[in-house]
Amino acid sequence: MTETPAVAEAIETTKVSSHLHPEGSFRVEDHPVPTGREEIWRFTPLKRLRGLHQETALTGDTDTPVVTAPDGVVAELLGADNAVKGTSGFVPNDRISARAWEAAARTLSLRIPTEAVVEEPIVVTLTGTGTEDASATHAVVTAEPHSKATVVFRFEGSMTLADNVEIVVGDGAQLTVVNIDDWADDAVHVGHRHAQVGRDATFRHVDVTFGGDVVRHDTTAEYAGPGGSVEMLGLYFADAGQHIEHRLFVDHNAPNTESNVVYKGALQGEGAHTVWVGNVLIRKVAEGIETYEENRNLVLTDGCQADSVPNLEIETGEIAGAGHASATGRFDDEQLFYLRSRGVEENEARRLVVHGFFNDLIRRIQVPALEEELVATVEAELAKNVLKAF
Amino acid sequence: MSTLEIKDLHVSVATEDGDKEILKGVTLTIKDGETHAIMGPNGSGKSTLAYSIAGHPKYTVTGGSVTLDGEDVLAMSVDERARAGLFLAMQYPVEVPGVSVSNFLRTAKTAVDGEAPKLRTWVKDVNSTLERLDLDASFSQRSVNEGFSGGEKKRHEIAQLELLDPKVAVLDETDSGLDIDALKIVSEGVNRFREQEGKGVLLITHYTRILRYITPDYVHVFVNGRIAEEGGPDLADQLEAEGYDKYVKAGV
Ligand SMILES: Nc1ncnc2c1ncn2[C@@H]1O[C@H](COP(=O)(O)OP(=O)(O)O)[C@@H](O)[C@H]1O
Ligand SMILES: [Mg+2]
Repeated sequence: MTETPAVAEAIETTKVSSHLHPEGSFRVEDHPVPTGREEIWRFTPLKRLRGLHQETALTGDTDTPVVTAPDGVVAELLGADNAVKGTSGFVPNDRISARAWEAAARTLSLRIPTEAVVEEPIVVTLTGTGTEDASATHAVVTAEPHSKATVVFRFEGSMTLADNVEIVVGDGAQLTVVNIDDWADDAVHVGHRHAQVGRDATFRHVDVTFGGDVVRHDTTAEYAGPGGSVEMLGLYFADAGQHIEHRLFVDHNAPNTESNVVYKGALQGEGAHTVWVGNVLIRKVAEGIETYEENRNLVLTDGCQADSVPNLEIETGEIAGAGHASATGRFDDEQLFYLRSRGVEENEARRLVVHGFFNDLIRRIQVPALEEELVATVEAELAKNVLKAF
Repeated sequence: MSTLEIKDLHVSVATEDGDKEILKGVTLTIKDGETHAIMGPNGSGKSTLAYSIAGHPKYTVTGGSVTLDGEDVLAMSVDERARAGLFLAMQYPVEVPGVSVSNFLRTAKTAVDGEAPKLRTWVKDVNSTLERLDLDASFSQRSVNEGFSGGEKKRHEIAQLELLDPKVAVLDETDSGLDIDALKIVSEGVNRFREQEGKGVLLITHYTRILRYITPDYVHVFVNGRIAEEGGPDLADQLEAEGYDKYVKAGV
């Protein structure tokens, strides 16, 4: 029989070495310029990053985000050296995040005060106006204990962007962060999001990626106490030539925590490439935890590639459950037959199936204002190609 | 008027060892307003006949013809067949995750009629149809066939039959796996459909049980890809007493 660790000792202070979790560093020089052969870079088309991973100057946040914050929320644009930076415990884990950390001239801070319940979403919109000058930005979202809020980060226009977003979810807080990459076709975005989830807190991250030429998101979460819950939902749609990459890491470093990761993607058109890497680490201390991760890809046309890599590293067997699923497939002929046997034309039947594929996920987002928009966006993406292709 | 005419139909499927002929010359005419029962043992080719009429891509017609009111059904795509007035209630209805029953029914109705149904009467029609089939109001918000019990799937098929209102319905073992209450509910739905002017029904079944609630005009015994015997409703009683043995032996 194993002894249950006392809660006070439950949070590990010393890092264990894990192949899923290489040591990070704030120093750019600790991260050599990647060659593309490294495990974390092997899927990414480095040539299309416009030097974000090399030396390209990150001339700073030339484009100021538009912030709509309801009453009760404190939104401030602070200096790069403000103490709020780094409060999530984030340590850059690759060269681009280290460069962005160093280069970002300001820190956007969004703070939801203790016990505040904010119904309307806080919306941060960044509209790029050109790809020539690469930018770096930094944001920190702090949901103080027992607060409740939804924050939406929306990216539009043309841009070459490296950004870091830190998220601190206080004890008992409920925070939803939505990231929408609705870029123009030429945008390059390499982003890192890191959440520290407090005791009995609930954190949901919703990542919607439609636009851009290359979009690569690292989304990571760890716990600051037992009983926290993390849900990461993702929805992506890659068109011809587009590269969309999601790398996720949930670090179960506290007991009785939960994580649930579901990403769904569709691919259409020559050269559409998606990557999903879902890493979960269950540390020795993390007894009684429950985790599930799932990635499903729907390949709509020839010439697409969907890479899907779930990794689960378990250091204790004393858990409530751990599982993962990954599937990449084409249209299900039986589904199409069933719909068509009811008179529905082939194109319309395909549209319905894709709509349903994403709808399952959209229904779980639970931000009503967003649901309609996402359904419409899926429809618009479909209109681009699926209906034409057949 | 609606006449489904099947003449000398030969159908094969692709298997690992090459094409395998499953239907070996099926001839059957369902005239205006008639209900025909097809009874046969498992594996005799009943579903193959149903799927071939509906146009499932897995089955290849190698000979014969199928016409609906003189129109060549085999030349039509799957959805054209449905729009021409054919309906197949499937033995194993397919799950379509994320697509609600209400969205599905409305899309199908719009496709079959060539125009969207009038919203107010449509919602009423859907609700009363579901209610008659003992499906509660929340049913229309569920994903098509996902997590449905066996009975719910079959009742949902019959709800579609009633709402889409085809000319000829092919019901493939709609009775299988139903308890007696559900069987009665489903039979009542089929009978409501049949009471209308000129509707044809091809009722495929393995058991005689459903024929107590839906009285066919003709009964066909189906064995080894062919019709082995034809008769009136009393042929079903004879099958109930004697089983398929004598036909299976004769057919081999
Ligand atoms: N895809 C297939 N490959 C090989 N054999 C098949 C295939 N589909 C059906 N069959 C065979 O065809 C025969 C008839 O099947 P089916 O039409 O489903 O019969 P029934 O509905 O009367 O039970 C069976 O012997 C079955 O094994
Ligand atoms: Mg069958």
